[in-house]
Amino acid sequence: MIDQFLRFLVHLYRIHGLLVRAVASIFRRPLYLETILEQMDAVGVRSLTIVGLTSFFTGMVLALQSGHEMAVYGAKMYVGTLVSLSLVRELGPVLTALVVAGRVGAGIAAELGSMAVTEQIDAMRALATDPVKKLVSTRLVATTLMLPILTIMADLFGILGGWFIAISNLGIPGSFYRRTALYYLTFDDLFIGLVKPVVFGAVIALVACYIGLNTTGGTQGVGRSTTQSVVTSSILIFLLDFVITKLVLTVM
Amino acid sequence: MIRLKGIWKRFGELEVLRGLDLEVQRGETLVLLGRSGCGKSVTLRIILGLLRPDAGRVYIDGTDVTDFDERRWVEVRKRMGMVFQASALFDSLTVRDNVAYYLEEHTDLPEERIDEIVAERLEFVGLAGTEDMMPAQLSGGMRKRVALARAMAANPEILLYDEPTTGLDPITARTINQLIRKTQEAYHVTSIVVTHELDSAFAVADRVAVMNGGEIIFVGTVDEVKACEDPFVKDFLMGPTWQEGRALTR
Repeated sequence: MIDQFLRFLVHLYRIHGLLVRAVASIFRRPLYLETILEQMDAVGVRSLTIVGLTSFFTGMVLALQSGHEMAVYGAKMYVGTLVSLSLVRELGPVLTALVVAGRVGAGIAAELGSMAVTEQIDAMRALATDPVKKLVSTRLVATTLMLPILTIMADLFGILGGWFIAISNLGIPGSFYRRTALYYLTFDDLFIGLVKPVVFGAVIALVACYIGLNTTGGTQGVGRSTTQSVVTSSILIFLLDFVITKLVLTVM
Repeated sequence: MIRLKGIWKRFGELEVLRGLDLEVQRGETLVLLGRSGCGKSVTLRIILGLLRPDAGRVYIDGTDVTDFDERRWVEVRKRMGMVFQASALFDSLTVRDNVAYYLEEHTDLPEERIDEIVAERLEFVGLAGTEDMMPAQLSGGMRKRVALARAMAANPEILLYDEPTTGLDPITARTINQLIRKTQEAYHVTSIVVTHELDSAFAVADRVAVMNGGEIIFVGTVDEVKACEDPFVKDFLMGPTWQEGRALTR
């Protein structure tokens, strides 16, 4: 147990080292803008459908569940507030991050993992390219930029899902839902809701790259890396979600 | 040109290199000969900076590059090319893009000029017209040749070959050996070839360095190695003697 914890700390230290190297080389030439754009497309645009669907249904379920419960206390009309607050502060960032960790993080770990076990990473270094710059920095930038945008989309789709249930099932007028959903949102809520995805995005890319680059053991190793990357980043997302929430609530 | 001094390298419990010394002259082809797993490939990787030695120094053209960080190694590696054991072609790129990789990354040459160089290199290795194929469509021997073309694209001064003929049929292996000689003669590169195959070693070598137990135990020309009295070298060159063979069957 202690052994495992120590090993975890060593990995954390190395991931930190990777972060420092990746950030330091972002602005060094060549910039690989094309690769960054490709990655942004893969991370952002192509995750939009699944992120949208996930949060739309989450918004619907939230409205359904809370609508019936809140009716008991006579607060049914304020379902919009509950839906938008929980989405913007918590569910939007976390759900989006989990979906992206599963979709994009796994993909990155598998891609870099295959490259590592077939010596393609070494070949890249032999051809005088720094893999940290070419592979890690580009993915780090793309994921960190795209996750907040995806999260905003998720929030919108979720609130839309809640609206759909509110007017069709709960008998709440659409305009009232809209007003209650937006009226109680403060700057703090939006702030916390956008800090999280920035951090989560960086974590997903870093963990996936780190595990991918350190893959050994052939195709089986690639499979292991893929799973490991999703598990590790999911745990870190939940852990950091708590830490960030606690920090921001203490400071504000 | 390249000098390794007292190189030690261990992986966990396993001591792979134990104070290895090696010197490679400009323009020669040196073959590193030894049994599988004796640390030949590790030596190659240390020369290229892919691995860092635990102790000892690496000199390239008299410069001590041992403690270089990745950024400075990148500059050193621009003068080197390596042909990997499993070729290590970028499998998501076409043959053309594989060979062009270095030029696209590190030069501002126009696309047409890069195309020309790629075509020239591919023709040199006998694969003209394969530009648009993917690595998965190529045979093992063809991949090796594309890997050589890719390593050659930047006109390196030093070429490193990791087991260039392993896993190839004898005829393909012979073509690769001829190609290594041809490359050295046409481009005057300094080459280091790692192999455990005697045919290949004697076909390409100017000098042979025999490795055992993490050290170089003998260096000399092909004839000198063949005449060497060291029991391990003799053993390696001959295979088990007939007495031992008989002892085994008895």
